[in-house]
Amino acid sequence: MAECHPVGFQWVMEAKARGATLIHVDPRFTRTSAMADIHVPIRAGTDIAFLGALVNHVLLNELDFREYVVAYTNAASIVGEDFKDTEELGGVFSGFDPDTGKYDSSSWQYEGVTEAAAAGQRDPSLPGTPGSDEDLESGAAESGSDSAGSEHEAHEAGRSETAGSGGPTVGSKPPRDETLQHPRCVYQILKRHYARYTPEMVERVCGISQAQFAQVADVLTRNSGPDRTAAFCYAVGWTQHSVGVQNIRTAAILQALLGNMGRPGGGIMALRGHASIQGSTDIPTLYNLLPGYIPMPHAAHHEDLDSFVAADAGSTGYWGNMRDYAVSLLKSYWGDAATADNDFCFDYLPRLTGDHSTYPTVLGQIEGSVKGYFLVGENPAVGSSNGKLQRLGLANLDWLVVRDFNLIESATFWKDAPEIATGELVTEDIGTEVFFLPAAAHTEKSGSFTNTQRMLQWHHKAVEPPGDCRSDLEFYYDLGKRMRASLAGSTDELDRPLLDLTWDYPEHGPTDEPSAEAVLREINGVGPDGAALSSYTELKDDGSTACGCWIYCGVYADETNQAARRKPGQEQSWVAPEWGWAWPANRRILYNRASADPDGKPWSERKAYVWWDAEQGKWTGHDVPDFVVDRPPDYEPPEGATGPDAIGGRDPFVMQTDGKAWLFAPVGLADGPMPTHYEPPESPVSNSMYEQQNNPAREPIERPENPLNPTGSPVFPYVFTSYRLTEHHTAGGMSRSLPYLAELQPEMFCEVSPRLAQQRGLINGGWATIVTERTAIEARVLVTERVRSLRIGDRMLEQVGLPYHWGGNGLTTGDSTNDLVNLTLDPNVHIQGKVGTCDVQPGRRPVGPALIAYVERYRQRAAEAAATPSGTEGSHA
Amino acid sequence: MSNSLAGRLDDVAGDAGYHDHPPRMGFFTDTSICIGCKACEVACKEWNQVPEDGISLSGMSYDNSLMLGADTWRHVAFVEKTVPTEPAITGVDQAADGLQWLMASDVCKHCTHAACLDVCPTGSLFRTEFGTVVVQEDICNGCGYCVPACPYGVIDQREDDGRVFKCTLCYDRLSVGEEPACAKACPTDSIQFGELSELRQRAEHRVAELHDKGVDVARLYGQDPDDGVGGDGAFFLLLDDAEVYGLPPDPVVTTRDLPAMWRHVGMAALGLVGAGIAAFIGRPR
Repeated sequence: MAECHPVGFQWVMEAKARGATLIHVDPRFTRTSAMADIHVPIRAGTDIAFLGALVNHVLLNELDFREYVVAYTNAASIVGEDFKDTEELGGVFSGFDPDTGKYDSSSWQYEGVTEAAAAGQRDPSLPGTPGSDEDLESGAAESGSDSAGSEHEAHEAGRSETAGSGGPTVGSKPPRDETLQHPRCVYQILKRHYARYTPEMVERVCGISQAQFAQVADVLTRNSGPDRTAAFCYAVGWTQHSVGVQNIRTAAILQALLGNMGRPGGGIMALRGHASIQGSTDIPTLYNLLPGYIPMPHAAHHEDLDSFVAADAGSTGYWGNMRDYAVSLLKSYWGDAATADNDFCFDYLPRLTGDHSTYPTVLGQIEGSVKGYFLVGENPAVGSSNGKLQRLGLANLDWLVVRDFNLIESATFWKDAPEIATGELVTEDIGTEVFFLPAAAHTEKSGSFTNTQRMLQWHHKAVEPPGDCRSDLEFYYDLGKRMRASLAGSTDELDRPLLDLTWDYPEHGPTDEPSAEAVLREINGVGPDGAALSSYTELKDDGSTACGCWIYCGVYADETNQAARRKPGQEQSWVAPEWGWAWPANRRILYNRASADPDGKPWSERKAYVWWDAEQGKWTGHDVPDFVVDRPPDYEPPEGATGPDAIGGRDPFVMQTDGKAWLFAPVGLADGPMPTHYEPPESPVSNSMYEQQNNPAREPIERPENPLNPTGSPVFPYVFTSYRLTEHHTAGGMSRSLPYLAELQPEMFCEVSPRLAQQRGLINGGWATIVTERTAIEARVLVTERVRSLRIGDRMLEQVGLPYHWGGNGLTTGDSTNDLVNLTLDPNVHIQGKVGTCDVQPGRRPVGPALIAYVERYRQRAAEAAATPSGTEGSHA
Repeated sequence: MSNSLAGRLDDVAGDAGYHDHPPRMGFFTDTSICIGCKACEVACKEWNQVPEDGISLSGMSYDNSLMLGADTWRHVAFVEKTVPTEPAITGVDQAADGLQWLMASDVCKHCTHAACLDVCPTGSLFRTEFGTVVVQEDICNGCGYCVPACPYGVIDQREDDGRVFKCTLCYDRLSVGEEPACAKACPTDSIQFGELSELRQRAEHRVAELHDKGVDVARLYGQDPDDGVGGDGAFFLLLDDAEVYGLPPDPVVTTRDLPAMWRHVGMAALGLVGAGIAAFIGRPR
């Protein structure tokens, strides 16, 4: 966090000054480790083994926050008899179909829960997860209208969008055993599942000593309970695994068991890839979501608005009002044209036909089904996994629009891609027409950033953008105006969605910049009188309200830009509600009903946050209560209640249909109801914990450019992992061109342990070549104790650290780490990985066609070694 | 004006001839909370328009600016060291696996007795009303006398220009009541700007606090008004010996012995003259 988010890290330092203990789990020793009380070096890709052992430690020693767990989680819920755990099936759960590589989650359901009525159910056979979180570099938008080609129709959408903001629906409230003794209650199932996650296993799988594991377990559990809370912070590298979603799920289980959710000082903070990535999932640049996590409708399933909202209309909690949010969104898009008679223009919305996420889109480019592409602040030629695939895709487009500050590698690939040097691409043969449009920086435009706390903070334009640079807002607004002008007078029904759009923002300044505040006001929404709304509870499904993103409703309450508030912390309460504005409803901590006990009293004086005031008959406290404000703690919803009426007085997780935090996910995930340790797609070792080596539901990308190193190959004995440095920004487009940043980290390098340096004859400051079956890259060498040799079972394992900021353009240039990274996707959100195996050799790599021959020799040797497992291994290629 | 070149001096601006001057301002850099982000280096360069200082990898941990110079006015040192500790929670900056990564942002010390200023023949280097030491770019003639005079090796000549440059403690910002750019940018308040007397108290308090936590390696560097430079206007809290961070352990203002030297020179000259006269007087007629 100090490494990637130094400004946010000031609050960690402040917590430390106030006595907090800081634990840092990371393969490498970073600037964060330097500040930590405990640094835990871990083998990259083994997080679930480590966290699962913490879960086991909590359950085995009964260190869970029992009253919280019984009342607020689904620990007591009883799962149906059909469910079979990985313990019984050699590392897979019941419902797995080896032919399709997919799970049918129906056997994971609570007891007695029949599938919800077929009508309107969003496709129960295809699980998904809420809040899809593909942390790409801010929005590559597929612009071609074709669906992504025949091969990918097999890649069905992960359907993470199906659940929407409310989480997946469970049909009804399940039977519960609050003694937690029933053999099929979630608590007992969890206990059995994690029983094999022992400290010994952590040592063997992760390379973390039992003593250090015990220390972490002790510090974490002692710091959780009525009086104390612990927080997890992660940078999004944690999601970049074939088990990315399950990594986060394991942390969520642990935090729920320890009672660290919905309480001050607790939670799980996703430190996003860059400013306002949270905002770009709320108002998404993702293909499968509409604003406010409303799912994008599917062509086959959502013929009309009724069928679209039906799955949620009957559900409990605030998500039950989804029709209000959807209709208000349609009204904000199409204004007066959207009426009850035409289903509020629901037909105008685009539809999904499959998985249109980034990587399948790239494959579509290569295969020719994607003809045009917009890159807006994204540099996939450097920043996305398997750079070769990215560049081959770009080289096969008809046209490409790049909006960035500089001529990034993704704009100049046609003349200087590594594949030009090797002869795999020839400039004269590349037909892509590239349009480069210079972009304005954040200081040159006004707008809001949404941070990981869901807080919007407004920034004001400081200077006019230079030359032809323009804001994205102006670009898209102008593009829309031009497209509408060219279609003016058209009678083609296909053009109605564009022509009927509300597209009338006020413009100002020398470049006719559209008003960002007018856009924010539109997002906030207006009522029948045209005045700004103040809360999403005011939204209606009759077309009388319009709202661009229901969760942001209130950001422009009282006709005031609430995100621009900057009242200093000293002048208000410690929760600081008048600094910026947090969705929803300016709540700073979600699910804060959980900060009080079931009777509505604070768990402790020290951690008092939101509580029930019996005299006034309402919830009150330091924050905006995340609950029906006048609902008493003893309220029992009547049978058959829906929407907010169905939230019990002791159900703090108001967006979940059962009001509980899920230790076990009966629906919603594509790869199992409980996180399970699988080895990364490329691993130096076999899975010590199960027969099943890899996540069985992972999405492999099978292409000749994407071969995987064999498991345990002596040819590729080392693990590499990619990461960031403080001095550079992602794929380097914002930093490699700046002298003041380039001089601080002036060259691509790899970090290796003294032991690896000795094994391979690497010299500090010299050169090394890092090889996989995809390609080989070169880097300068830093030999450092900060990279630890790990003991894995009976062998020592070395890891290679590779920053991923470099490419061919800018003041500092170098090979791209992502050229090494294999492409295998998490099945829930289709995110790529960042871990693989490799060889390392001293010296620079071959150039030109010799590079291809060099890698080909490695492929042959790896194949030979795989054919003869006991074969000897020479250390030189 | 005492015109003293060494020793304790409590009113440095007054001694330089300022009446009704503001209090002496300075930096307290608490390296125990430095996270090595280098925001200070970048903010300094942005504000003061300091040129890029060479784009080449040093191979020395994450330190690629290596030292202060004409084109680097803030420099963050990175020191990797192994410490013989068993896994235990031992307190701040004491990682459990026996590794420490010390980071420290170095800067011009703005000495109480600044030899650079003492030797400057043009008056380009001067003492400001805030007690800081600043080079006037338009007066410096590039003679370079100040370069060897600095006991810390801070001030340096810019190649292809010849003139010397160094930290001004953002004299322009101070003049309008703003804090220096580096302190403003520092996310963890490792770089603290303020009245020197107050900073010294704060630093004593911080050292005591760290000692209470068992971090007995914490010590101050440059805060002592009785040291060889009369105390620094920019001083530090370190977690190891000064040498570990590339700082001289016992800096002495290089002009300290000038009066004595001149006395000796004078006496020698007198002696020579005397000998000459004696030679004439004593010449046999």
